[in-house]
This record gives sequence, structure tokens and C-alpha cells, in this order.
Amino acid sequence: MNARLKLAALAAALAMAGCARKPPPELPPAPMTGQEQAPVEQGVENAIVPGSRADFLRSVPSDRILFDTDMYDVDDRDRAVLDGQAQWLQRYPNVRVTIEGHADERGTREYNLALGDRRANAAKNYLQSRGIAASRMTVISWGKERPEALGSDESAWAQNRRAVTVIPQ
Amino acid sequence: MKDLGAMKQPDSRTHRAALKGIRRLFVLAVALIGATLAIVEPAQAQLSVDVTDESGNDMVIAVPGLATPESVGTAAGSTDALGRQIGDVIAADLRGSGLFRPLGPSAVRAIAYSEVTAPAFDYWPGTGAVALVQGFVRDNKDGRLMVGCYLYDVALRQELTRQGFLIVPGEWRRAAHKCADAIYARLTGESPFFDSRIAYVAESGPKDRRVKRLAIMDSDGANHRFLTNGQSVVLTPRFSPDYKQIVYLSYVERRPRIYVYDIGTGRQRVVTESANPTFAPRFSPDGRFILYSMAVNGNTDIYRVPIGGGASTRLTNSPGIDVGGSYSPDGSRIIFESDRSGSQQLYVMNSDGSNQRRISFGGGRYATPEWSPRGDLIAFTKIAGNFRVGVMTPDGGGERLLTDSWQDEAPSWSPNGRVIQFFRTSQGRAGKSSVWQVDLTGTNERRIPTPLDGSDPAWGPLLP
Repeated sequence: MNARLKLAALAAALAMAGCARKPPPELPPAPMTGQEQAPVEQGVENAIVPGSRADFLRSVPSDRILFDTDMYDVDDRDRAVLDGQAQWLQRYPNVRVTIEGHADERGTREYNLALGDRRANAAKNYLQSRGIAASRMTVISWGKERPEALGSDESAWAQNRRAVTVIPQ
Repeated sequence: MKDLGAMKQPDSRTHRAALKGIRRLFVLAVALIGATLAIVEPAQAQLSVDVTDESGNDMVIAVPGLATPESVGTAAGSTDALGRQIGDVIAADLRGSGLFRPLGPSAVRAIAYSEVTAPAFDYWPGTGAVALVQGFVRDNKDGRLMVGCYLYDVALRQELTRQGFLIVPGEWRRAAHKCADAIYARLTGESPFFDSRIAYVAESGPKDRRVKRLAIMDSDGANHRFLTNGQSVVLTPRFSPDYKQIVYLSYVERRPRIYVYDIGTGRQRVVTESANPTFAPRFSPDGRFILYSMAVNGNTDIYRVPIGGGASTRLTNSPGIDVGGSYSPDGSRIIFESDRSGSQQLYVMNSDGSNQRRISFGGGRYATPEWSPRGDLIAFTKIAGNFRVGVMTPDGGGERLLTDSWQDEAPSWSPNGRVIQFFRTSQGRAGKSSVWQVDLTGTNERRIPTPLDGSDPAWGPLLP
């Protein structure tokens, strides 16, 4: 792939990532529109770059695991999700990831920062046990600052108690 | 602001005397007044307000605009207009405490300059007022203003206290707060608290992408100022004891770490270099140390670091989350929260980390403990269904909940340990946060006005 083609493919991947089911929960950059993209050559628009965020989201069971109130344990379902992530990460050993830990709004702010850190580390430690080098993984806790679901009910809170594995754009 | 202590009478010949001389005279005047009161007091009970009484604390107090001998233009407006504005602020402070029913400048007649030290004692009882605040604003002919205020007992026809201040015109609100403080202190027997500032987090934007900016304001919401632009999420500010710095958490470079912001220079610096996230910062009462929490591989403990940097000392080492420490006023002990028992509870330890013991046993979870500046109480968030703000003694006794809402969180004490600010979050997709305060009776609760939504209020000490 020449440099220009690579760029075009990356742009296409970025556009796809924008449409993905789970957008990154932190402040996103200004969304790219079709007009702003580099000229795209025929047949590349729908290509997903191997090792990209779009590839990751397409390939793994989920980019996140969810937790019960105040909990940070990795259960069987979480392990299946993380096993899938680990397999993908082993295929792309140069990809670094950020694991974001989050809490629901029904906790105090500082405790939730610690709880988010605990959850992100639970995911990180499991991935490490599956052979992913710790040096490839960065952990950040957002506490209750970046909810995914905006409601104030059990279903929203369940979605927000999460550890999300984020591949760089 | 130059605090002249007790104020002399505005019509006295000594007006033009050197300030030092005036100050000495004031001391004499106070001594004389004190002697008079001592003689009069037994004859009739004096006015007083009980800050712990939950009912009937609404002493009617008249606060006409402060008089001026001649209206002089200043950088902050004419002395005439300032007199009225100062009266408004005094009345608002007293009303906000929940203990008084002030009749402010718009509710009572204006007074003449000559009345300031000679109240119309035959007139005021007709207004329903049992106490009267009068004062003056006078051009000091040196770019400053002299502001005097006097508190009278209407029934006894007697002066209770007086205060005078030399200020630059731009500081007129502080003179008003100092007057209100003198009145509050004289009538309640408590320490003052109005002349103080709040650091907090101003919030805007949608719930999943909240923009959070560091902001400061006076205790009544005035003189509001944003310190950060909102590009990075900031949380949990605390003033240094001298108000020169704010310690807080920032997500600059997407790394949550604690920073010290210098209010004078606008510069900020990292407190402690670490690859691990640091948060929940608190100043020690002497301002020499910062207490903070650090998460290492999911385990959070409490540390202490000198304000100027250097090696951190680890104070807790239990498996679990130890977070949110707060020093006792004498710096000898620290209250913090820990989930080492399985849920968030309150613990006390010595300031070197020794002798850690749990003090909360009331059922439910307890979080965000803050030691009162008086030393007598711990304020906390209690989580049992709703989030409520409450207080208990440092040994865990006398638990009382002061608020009852869906989510009240993170109490911060007034300088006199009699009022608590916290933030209240509403439910749902459009849920927002606002800053509130409540007194120790739990009955006087009100919202603090902020230009945007607000959270994480942190009340600073009384200004000198």
C-alpha cells in the first residue's frame, strides 16, 4: 500500500469508527465528515485496516466488561470478552491500548475515581494473565465523570459500571 | 483591608487625627462601652440568637442603607450608592444565615448621617425590629473609604457592638461582610464566617461530556471568577489556608493528577511526580503538607507530601480503597474513608498513619468526611438509598442527618463550623448539580447562586 492509499484507508477506518456501536466515552475530536476526508480511491471506502480500532470493534465480542454495584470482579462472561480481546491483541503486538474504568453516578466522586481505577486494573490484570504485556496497556479512571447511559435508573447504571478497552484511532 | 476594630463616632473631633491615634482611641472607647454594658446587663436580658435552636430563630433586624456625610464619587460608585449596597449585602448575609429576618435598605427608611450614633429609638420599635444596624461610608481623602457599622438593641436603646474599616472602594463588599460578621458574632456568640471565599467546579454541557472549570467566588456568590477554561476536566478543589493557592485534580494530558494552582500568577504545577493517578487532595491546616490519595494497580491509599514537593509518606496500606482524608484543626489526626470492611466507612488515624480505627457504625455507607474547623464534628455523605449530608462527633457519636434529597454530596465547612456547603445532583438525563448550604439545625437550607451549574464546593477560612 502506498502512503497515500494508507492515509485514505485510515480516513475510512476513522469514519467507520465514528459509526461504531460504542463510541469512545471521552471527549471525541471534532467528527470527520465525508467532505473533509482525503480523496478516497475506488474500492477502499469500506476497507477496515487490520489492527485499527474499527478492526478491533469488529473482531472482539465486546470492547467492554460490566460490573455489579461496587464490584470489580471479572466473571465468566467478562473472561470470554477479555479472552477475545487478548486474542486480537496478540495478533497486533504493536498496538497499545488504554483501559478506561468507569463508575455509575450513585457513588461519591472520589471513591468512584478509585473504583474506576480498580475496575480498569481488573481488566488489565486479566489481559496480562492472557499474555498481553503490561507495558502495552495504560489505565485511566474516569469515575462517574463520563457516563455512557444518561438515565438515572438501574439499566443506565449497569451500562456505566464498565471497563472499556480503547484502541487508538 | 485595614480593620480598625471598634469604630469611633463619626462626628467626633478626632476624625482628622492620624490613624494610629484613632486606633488607640477606639480601644479606649471599647473599654468604656464594655464597662457600661457590664453594669447594665443584669437589669435586662440582652438580645441573642441560638444557632442550635431549630425553631423561632428569626430575629427582626433593621438594616437601613449606610449614611454618608457627603456623597463622593469613587471607583466603585458614589459613597451614597455604596452605603445602600453595603446595607443590602449585610441584610443578605444575615438572611442567608437563616437566623435573622432583616429589613434591608429597601424595606426601611433611610437614615441621616447624624443618626448613625444617635438612633431614633422611638421610631424603630414601630417597624417590628428588635435590633438595628446603622453605619456610614465616608471618603477618607486618600483614595480609601472609611466604613463604620453599629449594632443597637432597640428595646434597651443601647449599642451592642461597632466595627470600622479602611478599604479601597473596590473592597466594599468585604466591609459589608465584616459588618455582618460582627453582628452575627455579637448576637449568636459564634465565630464569624461571611468574609470568606468558595472554590468550586463550574459545570456545563451534556451529562456524558460535562465541561468542568475551576472557579472561585465570595461566600455569597459575588466576585465570581473562572480559573480554568474547561479544556480539561477538573475536580475537587481546596483553598490553601492563606487563599494563595488551590489544590485540585485535573485531567490535563488525560492523566488524572493533583495540581497546585497559584491564584496570583495563574500558574499550575504537579504536586507529586508519579505514573499512578493521584486525587482527593487536601491541605494540612498549617498549609505545609498536602494529603492525597494514589491508586496503584487498583489499590488506593492515602499519602502526604510537602507542599514544595519532595518525598511522599504513605499513611495507609490496607487492601482496598482508602481515600478522602481531612485533618483535624490542630493537625494531629486525620479522618478518612475506607472500604476495608467491605463498604465505605469512616476511620480516624493519627497524622502519621498510626492508630487507625473505624468510627461509623450507623448502617449504610459513609463517605467524604470533613473535619469541622471547630474540631467538634465530622461532616459526611451518608449513602443509604439517597445520599444525605450529616454530622457526627470525631468518636462516631451523635449522628444527625441534615439534608434529605436524591443526591447530596461532599460537605465543606464554613470557617466557623456552623454551616455546611455541599452539592446536590438531580436525577435523569438532564440531571444537573448545584451548590447548596445548610446550617447545623438542618432547617436553614438554601441554594448558592452560581452562573453555571456547580459542584465540589470548598469553603476557605475567614479572611484576615
